[in-house]
Amino acid sequence: MRFEGSENYVATRDLTLAVNAAVTLQRPLLIKGEPGTGKTMLAEEVAGALGLPLFQWHIKSTTKAQQGLYEYDAVSRLRDSQLGEAKVADIANYIVKGVLWEAFNCETPSVVLIDEIDKADIEFPNDLLRELDRMEFYVYETRELVRARHRPLLFITSNNEKELPDAFLRRCFFHYIKFPDKETMVKIVDVHFPGLKKNLLREALEVFFELREIPGLKKKPSTSELLDWLKLLLAEDIPPEALRSQDQKITVPPLHGALLKNEQDVHLFERLIFMARQNR
Amino acid sequence: MLIDFFLHLKASKLPVSTKEFLVLLEALQQHVVEHSLDDFYVLSRATLIKDETQFDKFDRAFGEYFKGVEALPGMDVLIPEDWLRDAMKKHLTDVERAKLEKYGWDKLMETLKERLAEQTERHAGGNKWIGTGGTSPFGHGGTHPEGIRFGGESEHRSAVKVWAKREFRNLDDNVELGTRNIKIALRRLRHFARQGAAEELDLDGTIAGTARNAGWLDLRMRPERHNAVKVLLFLDVGGSMDDHIRVCEELFSACRSEFKHLEYYYFHNFVYEWAWQDNTRRHTERILMLDLLHKYGNDYKLILVGDATMSPYEIAQPGGSIEYNNREAGAVWLRRLTESWPHAIWLNPEPEHFWQYRQSISMVHELMGGRMFPLTLDGLERGMRLLSK
Ligand SMILES: Nc1ncnc2c1ncn2[C@@H]1O[C@H](COP(=O)(O)OP(=O)(O)O)[C@@H](O)[C@H]1O
Ligand SMILES: [Mg+2]
Repeated sequence: MRFEGSENYVATRDLTLAVNAAVTLQRPLLIKGEPGTGKTMLAEEVAGALGLPLFQWHIKSTTKAQQGLYEYDAVSRLRDSQLGEAKVADIANYIVKGVLWEAFNCETPSVVLIDEIDKADIEFPNDLLRELDRMEFYVYETRELVRARHRPLLFITSNNEKELPDAFLRRCFFHYIKFPDKETMVKIVDVHFPGLKKNLLREALEVFFELREIPGLKKKPSTSELLDWLKLLLAEDIPPEALRSQDQKITVPPLHGALLKNEQDVHLFERLIFMARQNR
Repeated sequence: MLIDFFLHLKASKLPVSTKEFLVLLEALQQHVVEHSLDDFYVLSRATLIKDETQFDKFDRAFGEYFKGVEALPGMDVLIPEDWLRDAMKKHLTDVERAKLEKYGWDKLMETLKERLAEQTERHAGGNKWIGTGGTSPFGHGGTHPEGIRFGGESEHRSAVKVWAKREFRNLDDNVELGTRNIKIALRRLRHFARQGAAEELDLDGTIAGTARNAGWLDLRMRPERHNAVKVLLFLDVGGSMDDHIRVCEELFSACRSEFKHLEYYYFHNFVYEWAWQDNTRRHTERILMLDLLHKYGNDYKLILVGDATMSPYEIAQPGGSIEYNNREAGAVWLRRLTESWPHAIWLNPEPEHFWQYRQSISMVHELMGGRMFPLTLDGLERGMRLLSK
């Protein structure tokens, strides 16, 4: 089993290599990078390319490790007991399977995505170490041992909001997705807009990368913003010339609201343009 | 030879573990990469380094280590160690052998390179005796990690190696604080601020626990989200380091709400009997340091920020201040401060490697009992870790 990129996803050589290391050695792959660098999409594409089912677990600040295994819905059981329901006698009726249990149960090998692990409590990764190492866990309520039929391929993404514990890190392969350089970005855009006019793409990328260079931006535009913006430019049929006017006058690029979503950033940008004009 | 590679990383102060090294060997054994040094670079990084702020250091270490190898003319193998020992006997003089004992591997590589340059001229097919027929130990038996075959024409011709490009330089956490890394700094500071929080009632947990207990009350506690950390910040203003100090000030005020208390005071060059709170009116609205010493309890953490660069008189002599005539020496005052607030650190925007060359910095460093840290992400983190002990 080898991942070689996919039609919808541009994977650099170092990224495919890291993925294949994880596939071959059956160890988790931890992916970090700015938002919008394709971390979440990677797991989807790898699952698609390898023809494996994907189980996704999106982490929130309140997510607990246990929820990935199973939850005991005590509140429903309490309510049912008040109503005198018959099923209340069997505790198994109140065990809710989590994402990992579903994946462990899967008939075929599968891909599991733990998305944005850093959102959770700092102890979250540690709480999962044993289960992920041994690929099994015990359900105390029903005294049953759940064991993975096949070891799933595990992708974990992080936006770097919290540091992850060492013990956890040592078990993973790690890859940091750099923000794409121009060449890679051209390929990515090409995947989304095949046949986009060369000069429109060139002008648009120029504007985009310049914008990212502005110091002090609260949120630099990411790949998804670039793609959204291109979509708008195409929809509105904006000609490439409009992105950079011939007479060397500095212009605000059309529809720049798609690139800068933060109000303060828009103000900063407009102020910079204004100042640049004054200085001419 | 990969053992040497691993030890070289370790010696370069990279946080590599044996466990991860074994995984790397396993990956090689399973042919995750073949004979390309570029791929080996990616694989070893993905296996050994789990923190992008360490990538730059890794790139440097990797470059240093493989420099000798790449530079060998017309050769694309990592030389097996036993071969090397042989070669050493044949091609090194006694003096050089002694040198090896003294300087180790890198120097030896240099010398060998020269030897080999001569050898290729004299021997037909100079590669034969180097390559030992393309020693790929994992190909034959798979036991001997030394001497994996790397290389290939195109790679060796390519101008700049990935690791030599140092693309991750700006992720290194030893660069000064600025707008670029301020977000990460903030996060680390918040982390610090949240420590030591008291417990509060966990309502959801209590309800779930109680239900689980079939109605018997099961009280659950959890750490309070809000924090208890109190900070006294003393900033040196009016010098060449103003920009850096402003960054630091912004940093702390940006997470003001995270601290229970955060108080700022300013000083110029060094601390004496006065401080001030509003920098624009520092001559009119001074505050007695003694009052501050009494006002804030010893549970406050003291953070002084300044370049500690001045004439030694300003620290050691009464009357040494450039600001006013101080009756007692600055050192006396600093000692007073650190006695009142024993959890104290000094953050210095000057690069750490300069410190030893400036007498005044050494003096302050000593007065602080070594608790001086550079104003970098890494320094900030080390400082905060010490403060939260
Ligand atoms: N390498 C890539 N190839 C194709 N599309 C990409 C790539 N990287 C990012 N994108 C586009 O950007 C969007 C955001 O990616 P996503 O995986 O959500 O990023 P992240 O999880 O890193 O925040 C994707 O939906 C896709 O449209
Ligand atoms: Mg995502």
